[in-house]
Amino acid sequence: MNRDIKCIVNGRERVLCVNVGETLLEVIRDRLNLKGTKKGCEAGECGACTVLVDGRPVDSCIFLAVWADGREITTIEGHTPAEGLTDLQQNFVDEGATQCGFCTPGMILTAQALLEDNANPTEQEIRYGMAGNFCRCTGYQAIIKAIEKTATNRVK
Amino acid sequence: MYTVDYYMEPSSLDEAVQYLQKQPHAKVIAGGTDLLLRMAKNKNDNMTLLSLKKISGLTGIHQEGESLFIGSLVTFHDLQTSSLVKEICDVLKTAADYVAGPQIRNVATIGGNLCNGAPSADSAPALLALDARLHIYGPQGLRIASIEDFYLGPKKVDLQSAEILQAIEIPITDSSRCNTHYIKYSVRKTMDISMLGCAAFVCMDQDEQIEKIRIALGTAAPTPMRCKAAENFAIGKKLSSNVLYDIGELAAKEAKPRTSWRASEELRTYLVRELSQRAIRVAAYKIGR
Repeated sequence: MNRDIKCIVNGRERVLCVNVGETLLEVIRDRLNLKGTKKGCEAGECGACTVLVDGRPVDSCIFLAVWADGREITTIEGHTPAEGLTDLQQNFVDEGATQCGFCTPGMILTAQALLEDNANPTEQEIRYGMAGNFCRCTGYQAIIKAIEKTATNRVK
Repeated sequence: MYTVDYYMEPSSLDEAVQYLQKQPHAKVIAGGTDLLLRMAKNKNDNMTLLSLKKISGLTGIHQEGESLFIGSLVTFHDLQTSSLVKEICDVLKTAADYVAGPQIRNVATIGGNLCNGAPSADSAPALLALDARLHIYGPQGLRIASIEDFYLGPKKVDLQSAEILQAIEIPITDSSRCNTHYIKYSVRKTMDISMLGCAAFVCMDQDEQIEKIRIALGTAAPTPMRCKAAENFAIGKKLSSNVLYDIGELAAKEAKPRTSWRASEELRTYLVRELSQRAIRVAAYKIGR
């Protein structure tokens, strides 16, 4: 069974005919060809597939594409400026907060939403806010630092 | 890709109920964070989904008279950020804070957390302690049931054919005399399912005696449960270490935990004894603060 949906993805309106069993992750990767969103556990645990739906992080692997109807979706491609990087992304690079890079798009989007909710979070608040994104390389310390640094510089 | 043969998005409860009467095998879906995972595991050929997302009136939190009403589609993130919840039933915010991670809390609903019947649901002990009433809409219209009667068995709840949970009603109590607390015990602080959850609601009278008390447990039996013997014992007593100890012993006797890979029966029994005392102590401490 198919259904037509209309949504805004990274600022651009999209009208799509989706299967009702299709996930938002599949639509983003396979139809819109936005490969920055990663498929990890496919069970809503690891956060690699995180996208923002109306500004809030969501695991797109367990979010049906039909639910995107009328919503605004931001993927890592939408977060990244046409040239260069956002301050958050640059701080991930500078702090060595990315190794294999698989978790990074999800990390960046969750961190972005976290900083919008709470411009000046404590370390504990960052750890709590990032709990739905797993990283198997860095040990998290550099990621926390990159987010802390972004917050500090933005508040300045 | 999930195997979904038919997907239906009614715009009213009446329409949803009529549809469920015609298609009793249709699965009601809210946030989907539990149901979709189960669908991925047990591939079912004739899966029909009925989504509640387009039904208006299921998403709000509002106060009316002496009650707080929480729509069944309210997400855990909504509970965490609602000033009404914080003010009237802080314990539900505490429970929501413990649920999974941000991505799940943005999508998962309180209604789904109850209706899937999970014994580990974080919202269940909190709502049992708050003595919540469930507004259930069905072919005969609205019926109101105590959350205590809602859980029938493992993953089994009292939703009859074509019935849908509409809202959760929480009676407002006098915070200068009563308070509540919830403790979740798990290996990790986030993204984990409880080994044991315990919520306590305590009211003290002018003589500092326990006037009302409700002790509720999650993951301590096939369903979330109240510890009635411990509650009855506590009424009329002053809080002391001895009284708390006896309450813990009674609660541990009433609980029927099982051994799973997450924790043994013995550990869970120990946790009931310990956490029931701690939850009561903290709830009593918070009174009037």
